[in-house]
Amino acid sequence: MIFFIFSVLVSVSGADELTVQVKSGKVRARPSFLGKIVATLSYGDRVTVIREESEWVLANKAGSPQGWIHISALTDDFVELSSGTSNAETVASSDELALAGKGFNSDVEAEFKTRDADIDFTWIDLMEKIIISPEQMEGFLKMGGITVPDGGEE
Amino acid sequence: MNLWIKKNRFTSITVLLLPVIIWSVIFFTGCKTIESLGEVGGAVGVATGTMTQDQADSLGRASKAVAKTFADITPEQEYYIGRAVGATVLKTYKPYDNDKLNRYLNLLGQTMAQASDKPETFGGYHFLAMDTDEINAFAAPGGLIFVSRGMIKLCDNEDDLAAVLAHEVGHVQNLHGLKAIEKGRLNSALIILATEGAKSFGGKELAELTDAFEDSIGDITSTMMNSGYARSAEHEADESAIIIIRRVGYNPYGLVEMLENMDRELKPGGGGFADTHPDPKDRIADIKEMIGRATPVASNAARQKRFERNVQGI
Repeated sequence: MIFFIFSVLVSVSGADELTVQVKSGKVRARPSFLGKIVATLSYGDRVTVIREESEWVLANKAGSPQGWIHISALTDDFVELSSGTSNAETVASSDELALAGKGFNSDVEAEFKTRDADIDFTWIDLMEKIIISPEQMEGFLKMGGITVPDGGEE
Repeated sequence: MNLWIKKNRFTSITVLLLPVIIWSVIFFTGCKTIESLGEVGGAVGVATGTMTQDQADSLGRASKAVAKTFADITPEQEYYIGRAVGATVLKTYKPYDNDKLNRYLNLLGQTMAQASDKPETFGGYHFLAMDTDEINAFAAPGGLIFVSRGMIKLCDNEDDLAAVLAHEVGHVQNLHGLKAIEKGRLNSALIILATEGAKSFGGKELAELTDAFEDSIGDITSTMMNSGYARSAEHEADESAIIIIRRVGYNPYGLVEMLENMDRELKPGGGGFADTHPDPKDRIADIKEMIGRATPVASNAARQKRFERNVQGI
């Protein structure tokens, strides 16, 4: 019985394709938090997995440079984008869809704001604008006399 | 394939093949191993001709939705929850409008976050100082992290501050905020999501989702600001912090030093951190065990100088 279920599961595993599940997915030159960013992927982009090392996936998107992406940026769910440019057309089951833009979204946030006159997102928006690049991080650590073990590839 | 992804993929494939598996299990074991009543009911209903496949699918979806938890919240939804939690924190604690300090917190904090097991969140990690002498810090889901002037003043050096920020990243990484959402809170919202054709929400659905959202934000902020996380969650955040600190190369004893300072300054029942965190002495003992016999990282004149320059006058 178990063997039967297992053989059915294995037979449909297919190619290793994953979806970017964050707003801006970083593709790096090496599998390290200090790795130079060679490309940035968008929410819902599909990538083909070449190989894996620990928590990092070497992958590429058609027409974009190949590089290392941390697994926390990826999901094996398909993401249906609200724009209608869905990558979900080939998905057999809606259970595999992460419905992008659905559920708790900007509409819910707007409705939440109308219910509370004192809530203010100004500083939250300002916080999100501060983005530190890997080069700035590397410079910051170097100037502080910090030696990163294994160049961050531990 | 990495275990984490493998697990998700296995789940997806399992869902895809659920009808095959259900029928196989029914055939071979007489339903003994099936947990979901909805799945069994749907399968049996179709077999006996008492319901259509569509109805069975619908029952299966509803059962699945009821079983869903914080673990099914997508990074995008975690992001919106985190924004609202952050905005709610800032209703009580005013932001400290100091560009130099906030820039420094982000240089240090974002570097620590990138070395965590969860460097990528939907909107990324961002740090802000709160304008209060109270000793406190909060981590909203998705990576918005708030640290009080009082907490920063407890730090003698950059290594201590790195430890504070790494601990907060640990709360984000381990989804402690989302886990504070009461069980059952998300059911109605997730049932709406599970309804086929719910591509855009009408007024009623939006109101229901916003109710669930509002209640979830309430659960998280009251846990963070009033009752505190469970001791096990603080332990987990400390463990993650030590791993992050070591990966970046800061002094792991910074967390011990900072807690020793905190132990001196915190007054039991004095509000803030004292009410929401375990006794620093207990945490220190745990952390020393985690560190083991690691060699302390030496201090550095340039690092100390920039720390003092950035926290000056706060």
